[in-house]
Amino acid sequence: MKQFLSFVRKEFHHIFRDRTTMAILLILPVLMLLLFGYAINTEVKNSKIAVYDPSNDSYTRAIIEKMDASEYFSVVKMLKNEQEMSEQFKNGEVKMVIAFSENFHENLLHTGDAQIALIADATDPNSAKSVVNYATAIIAGYQMESQHLQQIPFQINTQIKLLYNPQMKGAYNFVPGVMGMILMLICAMMTSISIAREKEMGTMEVLLVSPVKPAMLIIAKTIPYFFLSLINLTTILLISVFVLGVPVVGSLFWLLVLSLVYIFVNLSLGLVISSVVNNQQTALLISGMVLMLPVIMLSGLMFPIENMPVFFQWISQLIPAKWYIIGVKKIMIKGLGFSAIIPQLTVLSGMAVLLVAISIKKFKYRLE
Amino acid sequence: MKKVIEVENLTKAFGRFKAVDQISFEVEKGEIFGFLGANGAGKTTAMRMLCGLSIPTSGKAIVAGYDIRTQPEMIKKNIGYMSQKFALYEDLSVAENIRFYAGIYQVPEIEIAPRTLELLNRLGLENEKDSLVKALPLGWKQKLAFSVAIFHHPGIVFLDEPTGGVDPVTRRQFWEMIYEATDSGITVFVTTHYMDEAEYCDRVSIMVDGKIAALDTPANLKKKFEANNMDEVFYRLARNASRKAD
Repeated sequence: MKQFLSFVRKEFHHIFRDRTTMAILLILPVLMLLLFGYAINTEVKNSKIAVYDPSNDSYTRAIIEKMDASEYFSVVKMLKNEQEMSEQFKNGEVKMVIAFSENFHENLLHTGDAQIALIADATDPNSAKSVVNYATAIIAGYQMESQHLQQIPFQINTQIKLLYNPQMKGAYNFVPGVMGMILMLICAMMTSISIAREKEMGTMEVLLVSPVKPAMLIIAKTIPYFFLSLINLTTILLISVFVLGVPVVGSLFWLLVLSLVYIFVNLSLGLVISSVVNNQQTALLISGMVLMLPVIMLSGLMFPIENMPVFFQWISQLIPAKWYIIGVKKIMIKGLGFSAIIPQLTVLSGMAVLLVAISIKKFKYRLE
Repeated sequence: MKKVIEVENLTKAFGRFKAVDQISFEVEKGEIFGFLGANGAGKTTAMRMLCGLSIPTSGKAIVAGYDIRTQPEMIKKNIGYMSQKFALYEDLSVAENIRFYAGIYQVPEIEIAPRTLELLNRLGLENEKDSLVKALPLGWKQKLAFSVAIFHHPGIVFLDEPTGGVDPVTRRQFWEMIYEATDSGITVFVTTHYMDEAEYCDRVSIMVDGKIAALDTPANLKKKFEANNMDEVFYRLARNASRKAD
């Protein structure tokens, strides 16, 4: 026990001595959250749109007003003819053009064949998609309102209800993602680097000759990073609740349990990496390429997994962060309980057991 | 004299390659035993086995009274080890390094403070107690590393090329420390590349191609090979080696 404590104390010394790294580790989550929260904003606000309205009746004017009044759009131009439309896009002045068919209101009442064309600049497909969605929602909303005034039979009534995230805030998506990324970064990357450093400096040799048991060495290595990741977890949750306004709807307890299991998976991942590399640079590269990239690209943090080719969907199943992020969303955003995260907990625990087994086996092999 | 290392037909094979081939020797208590050989001759492999890090393919060895095959954990507790890389933590202070090694070798708590004080006095490092190791000159680091390696009062200390990359004056001072240590009864098992250092040893063994080609006092070896110094002795033995140095 005394052996163990002196080991852990030494590890903490390493971390506190290296103030730059420690500062980065503590500030990184804050920076990432704020960056995702404010700079990389996938929400669409005040998009400039132009309108082509040949019918110019009460109904179309009302829709245009609604658009302009919403926070998503501002109508910057009324177009006189169809030719002007393509010019608008070429100049890049507007994100979308709304074109009404002629005699809109009349046709709507009598033939039911009134049309609106939403033409969007899809050079940025994501924002084009959201612009179109917002516009559709506003039009549908207006339609519903006006129906209360005049009863029209045989009309399909579309009701849109956005569950869990009614304001469509991007933060609801990226807070769990950032949690998955940061915890992995701290645990896997830092653990692997700290063991690789012992090998590089030659101190590992001395530790192996000493009476320290390999298992103890491994556990003592991971403890400081375990604490550091708990601090980060707290920071992330505080910022997300009080700054970004993303509440923890479900049980905080299960969120912590899930996070602990995930932290454990990543610590053991760091151990596995450190058992195959011999210097810090390689450890950093492997954690960077093998861990970070897939988490960013394939975990569902940036791009929806359902849209990926089947091959990549399979690969995404192997990424711990993917399971963690889904679990966090279930608890934090949807407010679901323990039963909902059983699959995620099971998979992550399985991964943890497997990785620990591999790392211990690898470590022993090295001793032979 | 009491034997602290007894090696009998010790062999380590990796597949068909015998890194260490049936070596036998004994080391007495308080002796400085030089373990020489060209790169690739099998020194490191033999030393790893004696430290309990590697299990021999055949043969047996008793180190500090314990069998390397069945009691490696007991051996680890009773030996000290220092390698060419100084193995101190550069980002820890002198006192913190001592504290750490005292902790992993389970030196009794009440002993740590007086022994630390004594060590610092002996090295003249009283004022550097809280300096980071990386701020110390190389020679001091090395002396400190040696003192830390014997801080838990082991019966035997293994030194793996301890003076690599150090200037002759510092090397000389380092050897004075080794002599002091043997005065207190510690046995020193040292590998080195420097033949002038071989002269400082009580007895020297020279490994060639996994076997011990010669083992005697430096004086007897020089007489036997009609050489003026250990350099010549080593050269005569090693030039016949079939293994290429790596």
